[in-house]
Amino acid sequence: MAIEIDSEQQVADNGALKVGSFELSSRLIVGSGRYENATVMKECLELSGAQCITVAVRRERLHDAAGENLLDFIDSEKYILLPNTAGCYSADDAVRVAKMGREILRALGNPGADWVKLECLGDSKTLLPDPVATLEATETLVADGFQVLCYTSDDPVTARRLKAAGAAAVMPAGSPIGSGQGVLNPNNMRIILEYLKDEDPDYPVIVDAGVGTASDVAQAMELGVDGVLLNTAIAHARDPHRMAQAMKNATHAGRLAYLAGRIPKRLYATASSPEEGVIATHPYPRGK
Amino acid sequence: MTEISHLVVYVNGESVELAAASTLSQLLAQLEITTRHVAVELNLEIIPFEKHAECVLTDGDKLEVVTLVGGG
Repeated sequence: MAIEIDSEQQVADNGALKVGSFELSSRLIVGSGRYENATVMKECLELSGAQCITVAVRRERLHDAAGENLLDFIDSEKYILLPNTAGCYSADDAVRVAKMGREILRALGNPGADWVKLECLGDSKTLLPDPVATLEATETLVADGFQVLCYTSDDPVTARRLKAAGAAAVMPAGSPIGSGQGVLNPNNMRIILEYLKDEDPDYPVIVDAGVGTASDVAQAMELGVDGVLLNTAIAHARDPHRMAQAMKNATHAGRLAYLAGRIPKRLYATASSPEEGVIATHPYPRGK
Repeated sequence: MTEISHLVVYVNGESVELAAASTLSQLLAQLEITTRHVAVELNLEIIPFEKHAECVLTDGDKLEVVTLVGGG
């Protein structure tokens, strides 16, 4: 008889990503940028199974304001929006943009008004974060009542400082934004998980940025991170619709594998079939 | 002293001419901007959407009007 995993267990395995006061049904968070057009974006968001969608805050176009708006394509009743501070290179700018994002979501009545994905960049070529500005902005935003999800590098010390500053989640990059290199330093991810989850196992750590394909997502999830945030890997795939489904499945597969516990790696083989009763002669003495 | 018949404000860096004593709501209507989709900062201070109608603009005000776009 096949053992069935009840649906409640499946929800516990795959869903229920808790960040601050939010509880998301999917551990995959996807961005809404860089799609060929808004219709493809809308379809890919749906196929990814994500409940949380990141968005950016930009100046309204004054001469085409009545044209297409992102919000015509994202159902704000269905998704929890996560506004980012992408493109900000100082704590002051990031705080300013975070407040603007909060106001837009508040006017929309979207629960995402309470949180922000903080990006304080340090360099335009690598888009790596400025850790000092990120920490400063985190402190300011936390004091202002924001639940702050911090984009950061994979440096365990910075991750620990951000958590101590009150970040609702720490989101280390696997590799530079949009680079598709995957998780370059899994050991740093392991250390971050150890530092941040010690005596606080539910503290959310989310890999944000750098994944290129489904195996990168699965690898991140197998390390024990709580979720993955990605955008370009779907938006710029040759077939974004298929990749959106692949990312959804990889998130589930990686989570289940993490919970299941991988076997240790060994230098030598261990036979899957019993040796007892085998009809064969052995070419070498046992153990050689 | 002549009565001021219009005022000039700066929206996202561009000058916009308005009737004197215009409100923020009137400015957004003039620019055909959907209020529900934007946040407005007046001289670096966010004006909550509930207060747009009572916010009277003055000559030289600097406004930022932002919306959501696709992003990661």
